[in-house]
Amino acid sequence: MLKYVLRRLLSSLIVLWVATVGVFLMVVYSGDPLFALKMNPTTPPKTILIREHQLFLDRPVTWRYWHWFTGVLHGNLGLDMTNSPVKPQLFMHMGVTLRMVVLAFVLAVVIAVSLGVLAALKRGGIIDRSITFATFFFLAVPVFVTGLFLKLYIAIPLDKFFGHEVLATSGEISPVATGNFWQRIPGLAAHMTLPTITLILAIFSSWTIYQRSTILETMNMDHVMLARSKGISPRRVLLRHILRNALIPVTTVIALDFAGLLGGAVITETVYSWNGLGRWFLQGANNQDLNITLAYLLFTAVLVILFNLLADIAYGLLDPRIRYR
Amino acid sequence: MSVFRKNKTQGVKVDTQWSIAMRRFRRDKLAMAGVFIFFFILIFAIVQTQIDPNGWSTLSLDFARPPSWHHPFGTTTVGLDLFSGCLKGALQDLIVALVVSTMSMVIGTTVGAVAGYFGGKLDAILMRFVDLLLVVPLLTILIVMANLFAGKSNGPLFIALLIGSLSWTYIARLVRAEFMALRERAFVEASVALGAGNWRIITRHLIPNAIGIIVVNTTLTVSGAILLESTLSYLGLGIVPPAVSLGMLVQEGQGAATTSPWEFLFPAGLLLLIVLCVFAIGDGLQAAFDPRNARRKKSA
Repeated sequence: MLKYVLRRLLSSLIVLWVATVGVFLMVVYSGDPLFALKMNPTTPPKTILIREHQLFLDRPVTWRYWHWFTGVLHGNLGLDMTNSPVKPQLFMHMGVTLRMVVLAFVLAVVIAVSLGVLAALKRGGIIDRSITFATFFFLAVPVFVTGLFLKLYIAIPLDKFFGHEVLATSGEISPVATGNFWQRIPGLAAHMTLPTITLILAIFSSWTIYQRSTILETMNMDHVMLARSKGISPRRVLLRHILRNALIPVTTVIALDFAGLLGGAVITETVYSWNGLGRWFLQGANNQDLNITLAYLLFTAVLVILFNLLADIAYGLLDPRIRYR
Repeated sequence: MSVFRKNKTQGVKVDTQWSIAMRRFRRDKLAMAGVFIFFFILIFAIVQTQIDPNGWSTLSLDFARPPSWHHPFGTTTVGLDLFSGCLKGALQDLIVALVVSTMSMVIGTTVGAVAGYFGGKLDAILMRFVDLLLVVPLLTILIVMANLFAGKSNGPLFIALLIGSLSWTYIARLVRAEFMALRERAFVEASVALGAGNWRIITRHLIPNAIGIIVVNTTLTVSGAILLESTLSYLGLGIVPPAVSLGMLVQEGQGAATTSPWEFLFPAGLLLLIVLCVFAIGDGLQAAFDPRNARRKKSA
């Protein structure tokens, strides 16, 4: 097992390294950071040359990659276009984004698993039909439409009705928030509610559909029939014989979908004007700020590869039939 | 290709996989409703943009009017007819989706077929490349690419080619897995024994057998492409004026959503309706091609 994990870790690191090369080439070759400066006719040619030199644009790509990569290995993500270091910005925005993403992830898993089990147990009934309809409906709505709908037609009328801000629609925290951590909690919750719901609605659908079908598949297996005919209580059959088996494939699917969650966070942050990683990245890409774009892409690549690795290991831990060689 | 029509062998009609699936598909009411609404929107959009090609660019003095006989979807804050805008946007979205799904189907099937059939080093190289594309989320790659090309060539076709060139990986993986299973079957061995070449085995024996997977997932690519394109357009990175798309209309309508809700609700609703239709079609196709449903009258 340990040997397998180590080998898998090594191959993950290789994938990550290849990904850094790919990402670097993509970012470097698809834009010019000095585009705006060059478009301005009043910019003296010397300024452009100096900026090019400062941003290492006059060096060969291989040198620039090596400079960036060795910097990353030393924990240095470089400077952005305004010459402030990227790393503290990354961590600041990460805290904001993870606040929403982690909660949404946990809640979505709980909701998806319970709805999937419920739908499978009541197969063909009205509950199953409503759950299936709801999952397909939310699978079809783009994230920005869900977010905007909740914001425009739930939060704003609600705030108007109560005369003060019950559900915040803009920002991750009120700009005038004061007091210590405990006094800030109600304000934080008001700001977090809608983005978290939006993100949950964006991801729970496919997991619910998948959970439902794996439960249905497991229910018809021979060992479940045997367990039932032995006279084991339906509750125990469900928990021990069906769920335990049906959760294994779902775990991997959920872990692999983490990438999609980050994409959803970009949109949710835009709709609710959160100063999270997604908006930071959007602005960075818009200003053709290479180091910000690279830092975000590196961050997502690390997370996605990490979750792939976790999915593989979890698969082995949950399913004793799998043997590692 | 023989799978696409009924074979007439000496005057006897033979059921092909395709004809059986299509017969089952036609019995699926939800899927057929999806087909009708989808093509209704498509044809209506084509006709409308032909009859009134300047509908979305003619300014009027009707600012932010609610839906009426003259403006079925109302007008926008600057006085444009939203009905023509929505249909033009829908048509644009559907064209993008068509290009993307065709590209995904062709590239995905080719890569998957080559990797799955030949295996070995070629398979390893192709699949590592696919893995690499999956490391960074598709939306993120699209944001970088669209952003860095911004202002130069952001035509609708450019966005379609960009999405299409990156979204074939899913089909490629599924086709590869299917081909790896199929190539071990006895009928392939029989073809080899009869002297069939690789090309003939792939096009005449393996692709027809994997047609269900290819068709179903191409349909899903259509909905995926519409969602991706509208998201990019919402962020202002996809389709840009003078072209119009539903995501762009939603983005423009969000500011006026409390005073003139039609500006937000009609484009968003039409977008949702189109994607739901594609889902219904995809679901119906999946059930129709599933051999486990062969003897059941209604799909589960």
